[in-house]
Amino acid sequence: MNMKQILICTSIIMYGQAALAQKAEHAQAVTEAIKIKPYLPPTEDTIPDNEFGAMVRFGRDIFIDTQAHAGKYVGNGLNCVNCHLDAGRLANSAPLWAAWVKYPAYRGKNKMVNIMQERFQGCFKYSMNGKAPATDSKELKALTSYAFWLAQGAPTGVDLPGRGYPGLAKPEKKPDFKRGKQVFAENCVLCHGDKGEGTRQNAGYVFPPLWGKDSFNWGAGMHRINTAAAFIRANMPLGKGGSLSNQQAWDVAYYVNSHERPQDPRFKGDVAATKAAYHQHQCRYGDKSGNHLLGKKP
Amino acid sequence: MKITVVLVMMLSMQVFAISVHAAATLTGDAIARQGNGNGAPPCMSCHGDKGQGVPAVGRPYLAGQSKTYLVKQLTDFLNKRRSNSVMQPIASALTAQEINAVATYYSRLPLRAAPNKQKNGAQGTIGESLASKGKWSVGMPACFKCHGDKGQGIAPNFPAISGQSSKYLKAQLEHWQKGERSNDPVGLMQAVVEHLNDAEIAAVTKYISAQSPAKAK
Repeated sequence: MNMKQILICTSIIMYGQAALAQKAEHAQAVTEAIKIKPYLPPTEDTIPDNEFGAMVRFGRDIFIDTQAHAGKYVGNGLNCVNCHLDAGRLANSAPLWAAWVKYPAYRGKNKMVNIMQERFQGCFKYSMNGKAPATDSKELKALTSYAFWLAQGAPTGVDLPGRGYPGLAKPEKKPDFKRGKQVFAENCVLCHGDKGEGTRQNAGYVFPPLWGKDSFNWGAGMHRINTAAAFIRANMPLGKGGSLSNQQAWDVAYYVNSHERPQDPRFKGDVAATKAAYHQHQCRYGDKSGNHLLGKKP
Repeated sequence: MKITVVLVMMLSMQVFAISVHAAATLTGDAIARQGNGNGAPPCMSCHGDKGQGVPAVGRPYLAGQSKTYLVKQLTDFLNKRRSNSVMQPIASALTAQEINAVATYYSRLPLRAAPNKQKNGAQGTIGESLASKGKWSVGMPACFKCHGDKGQGIAPNFPAISGQSSKYLKAQLEHWQKGERSNDPVGLMQAVVEHLNDAEIAAVTKYISAQSPAKAK
């Protein structure tokens, strides 16, 4: 190999490397563009005026007023929109469009790959403390249509920005009941009541109950302190998301979830056994709150 | 000497009269119709004979508002968390008992007729959208989320707003923007007005004002 050949070889290699680097850079830019670009769901006035559109509207109506439109599947006083603000459209409030593109998905909760319909069924069983509508029920078809419509144009399989509730850093101090109670009194009682009972008007809840018989049960995601803290920090008080500190969000989530609520539907007849099987995470099920064993109704 | 005695007697009589006045409980109805005889004029002279307000000049209806809300407003005029040159001296002239009585009276008074004769606000307008859906793209909840699904209020803390004078509603939103009103619990209204521009304030207050005041149960 003479000098000229060596130079040619080197430049080919260098060109190749540069091209590779450029390609990698491009790939990264694409990934970042996907990662950073916020997804905006379509506006409601673009729901089509046809059979599909009718199902989308019905799904939206169920989502906003679950009591009125899917009441037979609900066993408490809640509506989907209580935890998924702005009719399931709002980023960082577990928006439907971000969930849609991640299903089917494996879930540790039931140790299997779930389709979106099964995910909805889980919501009814736990968060709504009710019974799951069948996969071919008109209610579930409508909810599926609504989620599908909200996510049209969103890239499939991607963790869209705003999915779920934004994870929180661990609190500086261990979450505390007393401090949580104080945060609750100052920021939450106005709407949710000093016993977490919510506010009723015209036979329904206008502000949701946070514990007690009409709230989510011990199997719902929101009974986990980390999940509730993340939701609260991003979204509460309504219209003032981000106003509580990280510590305040953890404390108040701990306080809310240190109260009695409907039993975990997977109850094994014994709090300790149920705790061992299903509550190996950040929650207070099976703990003592004062003299009361949480999970064992008074 | 004589003069001094007379003066002292007169003074003590006056003190006696004042204490008698304070001790005698005026009914809410009496205060609303006649004032308290101690500096507070009759409420109805500005808020209408049935507490229905005078929408055209921005005087709000009081009938049917929750007692807790009305007591808080009168108290806040005093402590200037709600700045208002007309209401401040009136609230100062009322005793705590009188405030309680007059708030009870108005909370029990039914809001009979829609104070506004306008047609219902148009659906599909910016005003309707802000009132019933909010502007979540900037984190603003719907007005009706906290003030009732028809703006009928959610007792005890969230007043009725539907059918309220648009002039009054607009002035309130502007007062929150300027910090002249800061008596909203948890600063909820101050968080809302941050997101509203003048055109939106005009649209949303016009829409809400045009809704019939619905009855809350």
